[in-house]
Amino acid sequence: MAYNTEVRKLYTDQLEDLKSQGIFKEERAICAPQDSEIEVEFPIGSEKKKVINMCANNYLGLSSHPEVVKAAHEGLDVRGYGMSSVRFICGTQDIHKELERKLTEFLGTEDTILFPSCMDANAGVFEAILTEQDVMIADRLVHASIIDGMRLCKAQNDSFKHSDMAHLEEKLQLHQNKRLRMIITDGAFSMDGDLAKLDKIVELAEKYNAMVFVDDSHATGYIGKTGRGTHEHFGVLGKIDIITTTLGKALGGASGGCVSGRKEIVEMCRQKARPYLFSNTVAPVIVEGALRVLDIISRSTERRDKLEENTKFWRKGLTDAGFIIKEGETAIVPVMLFNAKLSQDVAKDLYAEGIYAVGFFFPVVPKGQARIRTQLSAAHERHHLEKALAAFIKVGKKYDILGKTKQEIIDKYGM
Amino acid sequence: MASIKDTILQYVKNEYLDTDDDREITYDTPLISGGIVDSFSMVSLKVFLETKYNIQIPDAKASPEAFDSVNNIVNLLKEFDIKE
Repeated sequence: MAYNTEVRKLYTDQLEDLKSQGIFKEERAICAPQDSEIEVEFPIGSEKKKVINMCANNYLGLSSHPEVVKAAHEGLDVRGYGMSSVRFICGTQDIHKELERKLTEFLGTEDTILFPSCMDANAGVFEAILTEQDVMIADRLVHASIIDGMRLCKAQNDSFKHSDMAHLEEKLQLHQNKRLRMIITDGAFSMDGDLAKLDKIVELAEKYNAMVFVDDSHATGYIGKTGRGTHEHFGVLGKIDIITTTLGKALGGASGGCVSGRKEIVEMCRQKARPYLFSNTVAPVIVEGALRVLDIISRSTERRDKLEENTKFWRKGLTDAGFIIKEGETAIVPVMLFNAKLSQDVAKDLYAEGIYAVGFFFPVVPKGQARIRTQLSAAHERHHLEKALAAFIKVGKKYDILGKTKQEIIDKYGM
Repeated sequence: MASIKDTILQYVKNEYLDTDDDREITYDTPLISGGIVDSFSMVSLKVFLETKYNIQIPDAKASPEAFDSVNNIVNLLKEFDIKE
């Protein structure tokens, strides 16, 4: 069938439908390296505007750090631009093995395998190690990439209410007749900014003979005293069977991800995980950058400590001003607005005030739980946060939501 | 003994509503299109029905439409000769 008028109309109609529902995503052009202050064109082609960035996953502020950029340059010089190969043909360099070793050491696991992204790690890992005799029991708020990975796997899937340990226990009891049970959770939840109760989860896993899988993408590098992640925070280092994480957030923010954990599981991924087997190797320039990132954060906790201070300041500032935020320990701080249109209006007004933050609503978050997700960085200085807070307060006053309860906001703006 | 309708309604409330979630669910409440059950966690409902009524629901029949309300589910069960 040719790409005729009928086919074209099929797609234009669907795109128009997204626009009319107000869920059509538009890109904004950042005309600068990633940082706490950036120049943005929105819409693309319009005049550039200087804004404070409150929506990057640049938790440790290393995305454009001079040492990381320098290491990447050196990587380019000594190991070239690309490998033109998957890992197992001729795409594994000495530096890929070195990065896998360093990640293993940092995460406190047995072995690590790099993937082109954490999305790929999550898409490939379940299918590589589980069969129809097994069951995967996932927290209902896990990242979309985990859901995709579970869909690709023949094991039965089930889920438990977000962070509800009693519900998880029920499910573990229900599935005692399976060969293997795997509890699946994010470490830090990307939309809510809370942490999985890994101490309790490990306890239940031991009681009901289950493995534990954690996607720690939003925690690796800064959660826990030395930034190793959610398992360090809860004192269960070495007890998580599989950790997937990304190099695309705190660890330099370029791209790449990994599966880290029990050595047999990592080896199974090397043999069977399709996104690993059939996708290009991580580029040398990124590998060298990531190695330098691990070096920086292993020699000092200065950056994660600063992020922790920034997060405390920001959470307190918003709470004192009368906003409703989701409680949590992470650098993800959702400001609850409940109504979808209100979240878009507030984001727009914040942008006019020079603050770049994004409003999320259904289907990204549950209906009636629209919010502005703010994210802190070690690259934020106190003056950035003070300015951002002043803008939030100004806009909050305009919409008369400061000091209001959830019910009062819903009564005024609807669900 | 609770009716099939009420058994399913009770299961849906326990399985999908958080303790602080005060949304009202009736026999006709849209579960999937209403955002109460997402297509991912719909599986536990399917497993519950299969175990409870000792049936196998083929994937083709386990559509989001067929699971979209307690009444729809009751109609689906009729196809398997599960009736009051």
